[in-house]
Amino acid sequence: MNEIQNETIWIDCQNVSLGYEGQAIWEGLSFQVRSGDYLCIVGENGSGKSTLLKSLLGLLKPLSGTITWDGALRRGAIGYLPQQTRAQKDFPATVYEVVLSGFLSAGGIRFFHTPAEKSTALMNLGKLGILELKDRCYRELSGGQQQRVLLARALCAAGELLVLDEPVTGLDPTAALDLYRTLDYLNKKEGIAIVMVTHDMSNALRYATKILYAGQKQWFCGTPQEYLASPWGKRFGGERR
Amino acid sequence: MRLLLEMFTYPFIVRAFVVGILVSLCAALLGVPLVLKRYSMIGDGLSHVSFGALAVALACGWAPLAVSIPVVILAAVILLRMTENSPMGADAAIAVTSASALAIGIIVTSLTTGMTTDVDSYMFGSILAMDRSDVALSVGLSIAVLVLFVLFYHKLFAITFDENYSRATGVKVDLYNTLLSVLTALTIVLGMRLMGAMLISSLVIFPALSAMRIHKSFRGVVIWAGAVSVVSFCAGLTVSYLVSTPVGATVVVVNLAVFLLCALAARIKRH
Repeated sequence: MNEIQNETIWIDCQNVSLGYEGQAIWEGLSFQVRSGDYLCIVGENGSGKSTLLKSLLGLLKPLSGTITWDGALRRGAIGYLPQQTRAQKDFPATVYEVVLSGFLSAGGIRFFHTPAEKSTALMNLGKLGILELKDRCYRELSGGQQQRVLLARALCAAGELLVLDEPVTGLDPTAALDLYRTLDYLNKKEGIAIVMVTHDMSNALRYATKILYAGQKQWFCGTPQEYLASPWGKRFGGERR
Repeated sequence: MRLLLEMFTYPFIVRAFVVGILVSLCAALLGVPLVLKRYSMIGDGLSHVSFGALAVALACGWAPLAVSIPVVILAAVILLRMTENSPMGADAAIAVTSASALAIGIIVTSLTTGMTTDVDSYMFGSILAMDRSDVALSVGLSIAVLVLFVLFYHKLFAITFDENYSRATGVKVDLYNTLLSVLTALTIVLGMRLMGAMLISSLVIFPALSAMRIHKSFRGVVIWAGAVSVVSFCAGLTVSYLVSTPVGATVVVVNLAVFLLCALAARIKRH
């Protein structure tokens, strides 16, 4: 299905062990995130999904093995959508301010955003269909709208790869569906690679091109079909509608 | 009117105005990220630590500011660490530190000088507390706070809004958090003798809360908080001169009145 041949390898994990204080949670992990990939990381709580995410963002050094990022993806140029914090829910800031803060990593100390940054920010708002919310206050938006704003911010930071941490948690089903459609659009039409940690198995199987399953010290990486045929997938398969 | 003009013929009142305006401006600016990050109580904790340090310095005959500034900065850094990863929880950590520092201060005081006017003015503030060197120090430090705040405005916004995101994009979050707490510590030490250890933290919290009622953008909140804080301070000091009430308490009550007005305005606007 994935027939793009001149694909870039954005992130390359080779025989990586991850963990804290010498205690490995992941061992011998090897996989790649290529352009056009839609990778869903699934698994039970405590299986190390967030640890893996941290390493992919370059925040945590692997215990052994190597993680290589493509040159265009130096640290800080990854569009990241973290889980929302409680403090954020009633934060006094306009949508535009939030989205512009995505450019932060690029520059050092300066007080103004460049015109190019401003127009990119507006373009990303338009792309996600929330341009008319530009001057609204972030805290007045619905959960789904807030996620879109954070997605627009992530797009400002990087146009090649999005890393999302349980993006649909706390969204109502309609908003979640909307978000999946948007991500699917960004993936298929804009060619943005997506890495997502999720608990929503049925949608992960529907949209993803690759599934990375995290178990206790074991892992599996493959297409959704391969995953369903694997011993771990067979267990989850029953949940599929 | 004549009374108001007469007020400015007293040099100590002019000094109080200068220091108060600068401190309330700094406190309000720093207060916005602190309140939004749910660190409101840090100001309170630091002021109590500062009181303890001043009491000890006074008892030993050391220069009060020279002792309390490093102590409070240290406390600020430690409190911040504790709020981030303390097993007992941020609020408990601050409450414990704050009460302990206050207790030590009171014990040292009662063993040595007793509750003198000096100690009383540290607790509840005094308009007479400012001498010329205090003014110079306040002006210098306030300018430093303002410059740093403006320079790091965008970073502070990003960190306040979303620490995880900032960390992931390579912003040195810990560095900026430390900067924020050091600046807060300096502001509190400077303002404490005017406003009082018990009351100074309101300068950090009230303006931000008032501004958040009526503004929707972060920039608006920051600017409005600064303005509200300065105006409230001037009004409070003037009232305290006219009706001879303690400065610190009067400024806090004015801030409370402004907050209630803002909350009311927000409510009316919503309906």
